[in-house]
Amino acid sequence: MMSSRMLQRTTGYVLTALIALTFLLPIGWVVATSVLPNPATSQTDGVGLGNYTALINYGEGLGSYLWNSVVVSATAVVTALVAGAMGGYGFARFAFRGKNVVFMGVLSIIMVPYAALLIPLAVWLNEIGLQNSLIGVGLVLALFQLPFATFMMRNAFATVPRELEEAALLDGCGTAGVFTRIMLPAVRAPLVTVALFVFLIAWNDFMVPLFLVGSKNAPLPLAMVNMRQQTMGVIDYGITTAGVVVLAIPAVVLFLALQRHYIRGFTSGAVKG
Amino acid sequence: MVTQIPAAAERVTDHAVAGTRRPRRSRRERRDALKGWVFVTPTVVLVVALFLVPIGLVVFMSGSEWSLLGGYRETNGAANFSEVLSDPLLGDAVRFTLKYTVLTTVILMPVAFFLALLVQESRRWNSFLRTAILVPSALGIASASLLFYALYSPQVGPLNPILDALGLMDAGGSILGTPGGALWATVVLIVWRFAGYYMILTMVGLQAVPQEIYEAASIDGASRLTQLRRITLPLLRPTIAMTMILTVTGSLLAFDQFYILTKGGPNNSTLTVVLLIYRYAFETRRDLGMAAALSVLVLVALVLVNVFQLRALGGTRKGD
Repeated sequence: MMSSRMLQRTTGYVLTALIALTFLLPIGWVVATSVLPNPATSQTDGVGLGNYTALINYGEGLGSYLWNSVVVSATAVVTALVAGAMGGYGFARFAFRGKNVVFMGVLSIIMVPYAALLIPLAVWLNEIGLQNSLIGVGLVLALFQLPFATFMMRNAFATVPRELEEAALLDGCGTAGVFTRIMLPAVRAPLVTVALFVFLIAWNDFMVPLFLVGSKNAPLPLAMVNMRQQTMGVIDYGITTAGVVVLAIPAVVLFLALQRHYIRGFTSGAVKG
Repeated sequence: MVTQIPAAAERVTDHAVAGTRRPRRSRRERRDALKGWVFVTPTVVLVVALFLVPIGLVVFMSGSEWSLLGGYRETNGAANFSEVLSDPLLGDAVRFTLKYTVLTTVILMPVAFFLALLVQESRRWNSFLRTAILVPSALGIASASLLFYALYSPQVGPLNPILDALGLMDAGGSILGTPGGALWATVVLIVWRFAGYYMILTMVGLQAVPQEIYEAASIDGASRLTQLRRITLPLLRPTIAMTMILTVTGSLLAFDQFYILTKGGPNNSTLTVVLLIYRYAFETRRDLGMAAALSVLVLVALVLVNVFQLRALGGTRKGD
């Protein structure tokens, strides 16, 4: 009895270790490869940061690609937060004609694959002065996260007790004041969840910029993929692995720091793949 | 008599208040409606400008002669559709996309389910295990694909020597060089990247199953396996159905992983439908009309799949 329980426990530990290793090993490998010596990379002997130096000077420069990624992510996050929070409040608290139509319109975005809209978007953004524009990329990414953001925020506002608003209104706060000073602070945590989800998607997205902006204006994921075409088949795996690490650092750090908020995105029932 | 007076007075004031309140309330209602519209304005602007207009435009483009460099020429009826449907690559792409979708779903869902059951048990190391499984979800599909592209490479990847030692492949060969190798390599990447995501979705479903049912079943002497089959699986049907919709639709639209790992090769053997849209538009045809026609077909197909699956779910999702 005793030994069988111990056997069971040991099996559990071994299984846990093996599974954890399966998921972590590729990440550990890419970090190691980016600093270890390899022929045909910028780090040919000894451990060092040669690949990272090469990455900094690659193409338009790492700084420029990172800045492009920051512009795309910031646009997407701010847009999703503003539209999601305002829309969520509107849907949760006000009765108006056409409300259901607008809400169904937002939800129908889930149904339509964005792969099918990138061709017309490439043409349409040209027409409205957003050709080759990172702001345009950010707005498109925000649009496709709008159902998640709106649903999440509407549910969050619905749980805030009405007495809080009524008290503030009696104290002479206007609707805008109630929204910014009372309601927004009350839904801080769901706002963090929305921001985290949208950031991870925008920061990592490769397909939308591929269709909508040129390679000079590429955010980092697109720049890393483009590198393969530009070097005519000779692939610098040193720069590639260093680029993967640079891309992964902010995403993984934020994810680990805010894991609680990430999980809430799922438990709220607002997630869409 | 005396007691009736306040009651009557109350009724009178009630009436008076109601009388004066009615117009005031409707004014307030109108003000509320206006405020509601102000709050949803950013949403409406985004949906109209970046969703409804592009949907209209893609339909219009699909019926137009519209080249990448020349732009709109003229409307040409169903010419784009007939050209797309007569392209032999489309059949190949549809077949491959379906095969990939079935394979991914059949592997990813049981893996996620098993991981959820394992992590669900409250043991000491499980929060660490959960985090470890979730870390790949923080990486984008593009980053993950680039990572595995390096991992599968004969130059720096560790897998070639291992596969060689196992006698599965020559050390100098390429994992992505054969159709089968390319497909399986992509499935492995996707399972690695998404297992945590679907595990969490499954865990949310598991937590909604009342603990008492298991306790009652244990008292009745039901084994763990019986509990899994008779309690967990039936009660988890809505969750399983939802994760299935997400994997199926996600896989049908696969693009990034194949664009990065295989570019549809070798020999167009891993060409997906969405990859074909990209090729029509920017590589082989440079024809936005054809790309739009295929986009419309994809859009209609996906909406149908979604509606069908939601309807199939309709009965089971009432509890949500």
